[in-house]
This record gives sequence, structure tokens and C-alpha cells, in this order.
Amino acid sequence: MYLLKLLWRNSFRHRLRTTLTIVGITIAILAFGMLRTFINAWYAGVDASSASRLVTRNAISLVFPLPISYKDRIRQVDGVKTVSYGSWFGGIYIDEKNFFPNFAVEIENYLKLYPEFVLPPEQLNAVVHDRKACVVGRKLAERFGWKIGDTIVLKGTIYPGDWEFVLRGIYRGKEQGTDETQMFFNWDYLNETMRKLVPRRADQVGFYMVGVADPSHAADVAAAIDKTFRNSLAETLTETEKAFQLGFISMTEAIIIAIQLVSFVVIIIIMAVVANTMAMTARERINEYAVFKTLGFRGCHIAGMVFGESLVISMTGCAIGVALTYPVARAFGTALSDYFPIFNVAPVTIAMDIGAALMVGIVAAIFPTWRAVTIRIADGLRRIG
Amino acid sequence: MAIPFSYSLRNLWTRRLTTVLTASGMALVVFVFASILMLAEGLRKTLVDTGSADNVKVIRKGSASEVQSGIERQQAAIVETQPEVAIGANGRRLLAKELLVLINLPKRGTSKTSQVTIRGIQPESLQLRPQVKLVAGRMPRPGSSEIIAGTSIAKRFKGGAVGEHLRFGMRDWTVVGNFDAGNSGFSSEIWGDVDQLMQAFRRPVYSSVLFKLADSSTFDAVKERLESDPRLTLEAFRETRYYANQSEMMAKFLRILGISLTVIFSLGAIIGAMITMYAAVANRTNEIGTLRALGFQRGSILVAFLLEALLLGLVGGCVGLFFASFLQLFTISTLNFQTFSELAFSFTLTFEIFYKSLLFSLIMGFVGGVLPAFRAARKNIVEALRVV
Repeated sequence: MYLLKLLWRNSFRHRLRTTLTIVGITIAILAFGMLRTFINAWYAGVDASSASRLVTRNAISLVFPLPISYKDRIRQVDGVKTVSYGSWFGGIYIDEKNFFPNFAVEIENYLKLYPEFVLPPEQLNAVVHDRKACVVGRKLAERFGWKIGDTIVLKGTIYPGDWEFVLRGIYRGKEQGTDETQMFFNWDYLNETMRKLVPRRADQVGFYMVGVADPSHAADVAAAIDKTFRNSLAETLTETEKAFQLGFISMTEAIIIAIQLVSFVVIIIIMAVVANTMAMTARERINEYAVFKTLGFRGCHIAGMVFGESLVISMTGCAIGVALTYPVARAFGTALSDYFPIFNVAPVTIAMDIGAALMVGIVAAIFPTWRAVTIRIADGLRRIG
Repeated sequence: MAIPFSYSLRNLWTRRLTTVLTASGMALVVFVFASILMLAEGLRKTLVDTGSADNVKVIRKGSASEVQSGIERQQAAIVETQPEVAIGANGRRLLAKELLVLINLPKRGTSKTSQVTIRGIQPESLQLRPQVKLVAGRMPRPGSSEIIAGTSIAKRFKGGAVGEHLRFGMRDWTVVGNFDAGNSGFSSEIWGDVDQLMQAFRRPVYSSVLFKLADSSTFDAVKERLESDPRLTLEAFRETRYYANQSEMMAKFLRILGISLTVIFSLGAIIGAMITMYAAVANRTNEIGTLRALGFQRGSILVAFLLEALLLGLVGGCVGLFFASFLQLFTISTLNFQTFSELAFSFTLTFEIFYKSLLFSLIMGFVGGVLPAFRAARKNIVEALRVV
């Protein structure tokens, strides 16, 4: 108890310096936490994916479609429980800045595959019975102030023209990590329109979502589906939803690595700042350390004091930083909701914050401690300033 | 009278550990600052090199990029007959009707696949892009299953080098050449005869039409005519504008990331400099008193301490830039969210970035040092001398 008091008093002997250092640590911890949260947000799609869902797409690449006739053949494969299908629509609402994901899907089975999207039964019924109906996530509806019954017009990029939809349902996420910014509409509407406009592009889907009965056999089912269509005009590539999402992210790996590096750089910068503070502190107190030694305190006591002070400073900064992380993350999440539907601070991020602060505190104290412990009493007493 | 410059310099030297720690903190910030500027510059340079202002790119109306676009044969033929299209040396129009598709190919050394852009070309495609040069092998013969690959593809993807084979579209394709396109995005593309590729991918439409204007100033006229023609549902862009649009999101992303990181990091470094300078002032109260007693003005003291802080910043800036300059050896390749294709660009150091970074480090030094320097200058002579 007495020691803690001494450490606390010692820490605030140079009030300005300590305050500045703590502010520095707070900023660094905050930045570190935000960058980590940012990376987590990048991987949000992967975390939200389920092991019992497979994605079947054209083996050449995502931009090539598959014929709708594959639906029944996929359903015949052993272990397949539910099949839904859809296409990435890529429509623009008024302006490109208003980006949100929009898909044409076979809604009934699609929602069965995604139990985390909760849609009231009467709304589902309305959607299924209205060709032009669409379903949007709660956050998306809030963003543009849409209400049930509103007409929404999207400008097609892949499918030319202006497309009119009527909002018939708003889904909610079951969990915190569920994406509530997507839009779905009836694939039939897309297909019937394409049949009229560009018959060559009708009866084609971008992907099949396949629900498997037993997730532990997902790999076998995927292989069986691909085998069915081998050597056909449109060979398929089936993978778990997670692998599919990771495939996307691995293409942006360079950015993730850069952000990860940067998040460590900020810790190193603050380490230099704290180490500097501790070095200056120890230099000024060489005299006192010599007095302590004269009184009979051992090297380990003095080491404990320097380390303790360094940790008091870094942990104080860390505590403030962590406390600030939540409101700042919320503010960022709102501002960046177009890019990142999910922007939540993970518990592991906080653990890493604390770990980083501990490391900063310890590393910063090493050199000053060594100086304080090894100084000879006579030299220490003789030194001025 | 000014305090000699060496006073500031030697003060930094006396407190080596502190100086090194503070300067290295600043060096890291300058490193990050410079690297982000270099990245943005690299991206910009890639874009500038990719397009030419005389070229016009025509895609389907409403489609954000070539990948989503589709142009029917008869529509492409109408574009071809526009009088503004330049005529080449052999009397043919400098116009290429091209196909663009994305396919997944396995990378060398791993089992991972990545997206690659395949472009169906016509003989004029090369003339329209003078930055593209064949570095190995020969051009593919029209009507054959021959392709050429960009240098970046040859290096990173299995089967991309001359003499190797790639399989896609249910056919085997022989790589007969490699081309280099400098910094431009074409380096990560594969080119082959457009009619063969249309067959292989069963896509009976072109993706885009690219042509050179005989007179650059006629762009507005031809754009107006193409976009108002009732037979066409097309949009025309200058090629430079087109590519700038393509990576607008990436550029914006880099800019936001860069600004926010730099601001946060520089706060940390400024605090570091401030701590150092306040300590320097506190430790030297006696010295300051002596200097004032000797007749140095408050202004001179202020300048001396500011100089010290600026020097600290400059050292950090130089070290940071030194390490950042090595980044030029690296190339970043990432997915362009807008086109879903790979975009490769390298860190590029320009003189502008050089002096911006140094200026930035000086500003950090200044902001960190100005308050402590004022405190030093305001010290009362008698009190300062009395401090032990």
C-alpha cells in the first residue's frame, strides 16, 4: 500500500511531463484499438459466415454466371438440404456514394439459409407475392428513411436501366455481428425483365447458396457438386461461405498487412516517448537512488520503483484510452457505415490494448532501471541535476 | 545578438539517449507520412500512365467499368464509323473493339488463386497504348489460341511466362510473349485475340471500344453524338478520366487512411518532442539565467530553444525519409473494390514528397518546441540563477 502511494506520488512529481506522457499513451492506445477494430470490421463477413452454407459459383470467376437448370441437379446431390440462388445486382441508389450491397435472390429459401436475418412472416409473405418487392436491412432503411410501401429506384450497372422496387419487408439481425445493410429482391423480377430486354442473359444466376444437412460433411458435398458439373460448359467451384469470404479478403491482403504494421508502429512510437520520460526521470533522481541505497534498499527495490512508476503511467494512459475506445468506435462506426456495416470493439482488442500498454511500460523502464541499479552510491551522491 | 548555433547542436549531443528516443519517434511518424504519400503518388502515376488523353473509351451506359459493360457488335460498328476517329499509318482506323473478363488463376508458389484480367484485343490495341512494349517473344497471331501476358502476371502466376500454357474457357492457351507496360495497370493483364476469347467465354458482345481522336478537341462533339444516338446506349470517356474514376474509391480510401493516421501519429510525436524540450528547459534553468545575465536577449533564448526542437525534428525527418526511400523496392498489389480486378502499384518517391515530409517533421519539431521555448525565454534572470 505504502509502495503504491510512493509510486503514485513519484509519477506526478513532474505533473506536466507525466500528463503529456499519459495523453500520448491514451492517443496511442486509442489509435491501436481503432486500427484493430478496423481490421476486425474487414473480417466481419468471415466471422458472420456459417459452416453449414456452401457457395457454388462459376469456376472461371465470379463474373461468369451459371445456368438456372443447375438448381435441381444440385438439390439431388446427397447431403444438400436447401438450395437458393441469386445474382449480385450492383444497382446504384441515386448516386454512387450511396453504395450498399443489393442482390436478386430466391428469397424464401435464402432466408431459410440465413436464420440470422429475421423477417416477420407477414412481411415475408408480402415479399414472395409481389414480383417487385424488396427487403432491406434495418440499418439501411434507417439510413435513407425508407418505410414499408416506399418505392425505391435503383440504377442498374450490370443490368441496364432503372429498376423500380417496392419495399415490403425490413429484416433485423439476430446477433450483433449480423449485417443489416443489405437489400434483396425477387430474382424472378430480374429474370423476367432480362428475358424481355436481353434474352441471352436470362435464366442465369450468379451463385447458388447451398445449405448442407451436416456441416461436418460440407467438404464432401462441395466436391460432389463440382463433380456433377465437371467438363460442362459452366464448371462450378463450390466452397464454404467462409472460404468464399476469405478469398475476397485475401485479395486485399496488402492493405490489411499495412494496417497491421501501422498499428504496431504506433505502439513503438509511444514506447520511444515513454522510454524518454522514464530516462529523464531516472536521470534526475540518480541522487535519490543513491540515498535509497545508502539507507540499505537493494537494487531490486529500486528496480521495482522505476518499473512501478513506468507501469503506473502506462496503465493510467491505457485505462483512459480503453474507456475512450468505445465512444470513438461508435462515432467511427456511424461515419463509416457505408464501408463497414459492422464496427464493434472486440474483447480481444481490449486485451491487446492492455498487453501493449504493459509492454510499453516494461520496455520503457528497462534502460533507466539498469542505470539506477548499477550506479555506485558515491557517484550517485556526487552527481548534480 | 544570437546564441551560436553550436549551442543547440551540442545540447542535443549531450543528451544523446533522449535525443535518439525523441527523434526515432518522429522518424517513425515521418516514415508513415512519407510512405502513405508515396503510395498515393504511386497509384496516381499508375493511373496517369494507364490512360492517354487523346483516347476515348466507350462503355455501356450506366456500367461503372469495362467489366460490367457489354456492347453489341452493331453498336460497336456504329462507333467505328464516327468521323473523329484517327486513321493509322496503314489506312486502318485507330480503333479497337475489346473484350474484358476476369478469371481466377493460381499464383506461383501457393495454391491460392487470384483474379486476373483477360483482354481480348485487336491489332490496333497495341498502337493505341504506346506505353505497352513487348519484352519477350512475339505478338499472338490473330485467330489462334495464343496469348501474351504482362510482366507482373509472368512473375506471379503459374503458366504466365513465355512458352508456358494456361487453361481457361475449356481451352489451352500458349503464352507466346510477355509485355511490359511500365507503371500502368496493363502489366497485370493477359491479352489474346478478341474473337477467339469471345468464343471461348461464350460472350458474344464486346466490353468496350477504344479509339484515338484525330483531333483531341473534338471529344465533346463525339461524346455528345454517341450518347444522344438513339441506336446506342453508350457512354464515352476520355481514357485518363475513365481510369481515374476506376480507382477513385481506392484513392479516397488511401487519402482518408493517410490523413487520420498522420494526425494521430504526429500527436504522439509532438508530445514526445514537448516532453523532451520541457525537460531540456527545466534542466538548464541555470544556464538560461547565465546566458541572460551575459546579455543575451529573451528573443535569442527563444530562438536557441526553437532551433534545438527544429533540429530534433529534422534529424527525425531525415532518418524517416531514409528508411521510407527503401520502400520504392516494393510493389503493392490489391483488389480494386470498384472493378474487382487486381491493381498493382509501387511506392513512388518524388521531390515533392521529399520536401513535404521534411517540412512536416520541422512543423512537428516547431509545435513541440514552441511552448517550452517560450517558457525558457520568459524566465526571470535572478530566479533562474538562484535555482540549483
